[in-house]
Order: sequence, then structure tokens, then C-alpha cells
Amino acid sequence: METIVKKRIKEVLKGDQNAFGEVVELYKDKVFQLCYRMLGNRHEAEDIAQEAFLRAYMNIHSFNLNLKFSTWIYRIATNLCIDRIRKKKPDYFLDAEVPGTEGLNMYSQVASDTALPEDELESLELQDAVQKEISKLPEKYRSVIVLKYIEELPLKEISEILNLPLGTVKTRIHRGREALKNQLRYV
Amino acid sequence: MNCQDTINQYMHEFLDEDILPEHEKELREHLLHCPACQNEFRELKKAIALVQSTSHIQAPDGFSSDVMAKLPKEKKKVELKRWFRHHPLLTAASLFIVLMMGSLISTWNQDEQFSVSKQPNLVVQNGTVIIPRGQVVTGDVVVRNGTVKVEGELQGNLTVINGENYMASAGNVTGEIQEINEVFEWIWYHIKNAMNNLIGVIGNNEKEQSLLEVAAF
Ligand SMILES: [Zn+2]
Repeated sequence: METIVKKRIKEVLKGDQNAFGEVVELYKDKVFQLCYRMLGNRHEAEDIAQEAFLRAYMNIHSFNLNLKFSTWIYRIATNLCIDRIRKKKPDYFLDAEVPGTEGLNMYSQVASDTALPEDELESLELQDAVQKEISKLPEKYRSVIVLKYIEELPLKEISEILNLPLGTVKTRIHRGREALKNQLRYV
Repeated sequence: MNCQDTINQYMHEFLDEDILPEHEKELREHLLHCPACQNEFRELKKAIALVQSTSHIQAPDGFSSDVMAKLPKEKKKVELKRWFRHHPLLTAASLFIVLMMGSLISTWNQDEQFSVSKQPNLVVQNGTVIIPRGQVVTGDVVVRNGTVKVEGELQGNLTVINGENYMASAGNVTGEIQEINEVFEWIWYHIKNAMNNLIGVIGNNEKEQSLLEVAAF
């Protein structure tokens, strides 16, 4: 995959914009997923993932062809997500009460609108609950946890993406795991 | 250091798959008889499993095309290059026409002198070419920047470039008569000639020689 990508990037560097389309196609799911798990919102994730590719294109001349493209695009996306989290005011939460529906929260409303088999519903509820807990992590723990357990990247690559020493990455993963352990204890 | 801190550190080392064998041995032995640490370790592994259980999601439909639409317009030069690469035949043809136009327009501008094709019985007087009464001129006659009077007979085409053609009633031209007075007509005239040459090329299979002729004018 990296070989194809490097070939395409060389074409982009020669000025062929269409070659970049193939690069986007190869990494869009991974980058979107990273953004979604970081931000917990599809719409924002799409926005930021697109912005990440746009920035990559604009700065393609500064990309070092000796590095992995995935490391670079993950770095751009993670930084954009962290910026967004820092700027963001706390959004509504799914368990907020919706006016006129005392006793029902938005969570049960969303759920009751979709007629899904019970076990599928349960699995979706569980996933939403887990996502909510991931979203509660401070962003410095959230990024390492998402990169390690959702994108399944080795610690070495995570340290390159975040531009942090390996020791710092380890400490953050340990603290992130501890926080998740406490948050997910009763899920 | 109490048991919790050291053992907790070993748990994380274990989960990072980066633990010294003696630490792992110590962790395993400790877990055998410490229910508190057993519980802690189980909860850590459960948290990881839950995070990993979130299904892999995909980018929305149209993601790539949305990104591509947002990219800044690439330079015209590159667009043109790609277009050329994808349409080699049209590129060759348009390159040919562009080069030809350029050379023709410069020829048109330089070519302000009177000239006429050479046939033995053509009479030239003060910028006027006469095909004399009772005479038969054979072959195509081309006159530039001059007037033509056809009193006799021309067995061939008559082309008048930037000039006039007076046809006496008795005059007779067996071929086509063309008057060319504008640059574009001039160009068109050459394109038609070029086309005829090209058709000739295809017919005669004398590609290189004829192409050189076409390119030379
Ligand atoms: Zn213990």
C-alpha cells in the first residue's frame, strides 16, 4: 500500500491532482474512523477528515517520502481533532432531557425510532455507551487510546504520529486505560 | 512501594506486550493470591475489549469526491498536459494547426510582393496577369497581390490571393476559381491543401516525404 501511495504522491508532486484522489480513497476510512472516535460525531468527523486530506494536499511538498504516508496523514488528522476538541464548547449529551418527554431521554427516543432486532439494538447501545466514555477522556489520553485500540497501531508509530517520546506515549496509554477501566466498570 | 503500584505497572507492561520475563512471573504469582489485583486486571482487560468492540466504521459516500472538489484548481498547464496525454491524436492535430497558423500568418504578413506561377504563355503587365485571347494556359495559376484578366482559356484552377480577378466574357477556366483576400481564407486555403496532401499521404503511402512537404510550407 505504501508503495502505491508513494507513486501517486510523486504524480501529485508533478502536478497531477487526480492522483491524489486515489490516495484519499486508500486512507479515507481509517482517517474518518480516527476522527469519529476522537470527536464522537459523524458530521464533525467528516468535516475534519476532509480538512485533513485538504491540508495534506496543500502541504504535499513538505511530505518526506522516506516516511510512511499513514503516519503523516494520521498526524495531521489527530492535530486537527485535538484543535477541534479544545475549541469546542460542551455539546448536548444523549442523556439530556428533551422538553415534553419527561422520563425519556434522547437516547431512548433515538432507539425507539429504529426498529432493530433486540440484540442488534443492544450492541448499538453498547457501542454508543463505549463511544461516549471514549469522548469523556481528556484529549491527550483519547488520542493514544484511539490510535492504539481502534487504529491498532504499534506504540512506536503512535510516538511518531504524536511526535512524543515513546515513554510519554506509554504513560498516556496507561493513564487512559486506567480512566477507561473506571468509566466502563459498570457498562 | 506497595503491592498495588508495582503490580499495576506490571499489568500495563503486560498489556503493552512489553514486559520483562521476571516481571511477568512476579505478576502471575501475585495474581494467584491477590483477589483485588485479579479484579483490577480483569477490569482493565474488559475496558480494552469494549473499546475494541466498537465496530469499524467507513467514510460516508462521496467522501473522496467531496475532498477533490475542495482542492484548489490546479494550474492550467497541468490540466492541459493531462488532456494532451489522454487525447494524443487530437493533440497532434491541434499542435499541427497551431504551428501551421503561426507560420501562415507570418507568411501572409511578409508576402506583400506580387507573384505569379510560371506558365510560358502568361503575360504580366504592371501587376496584372493576362491569359491572352486565343491562348490556352495549362496547369493551376496562382496570383498574389495582383490582378488577373482571363481573356483566353485556363485549363486548371485559378487562385487569386489578395487581388482581383476580371473575367472577360470570352474567358474560360476549366477548374475552380478562388479569390482569397483575408488572412483566414488564406489559412483555410492552406488547410485544405494540407488535407489534400494528407489524403495523398494515406493513399500513396509515401508518408515521410509528403509530411515533410506539408510541414515545410
Ligand atoms: Zn495485589
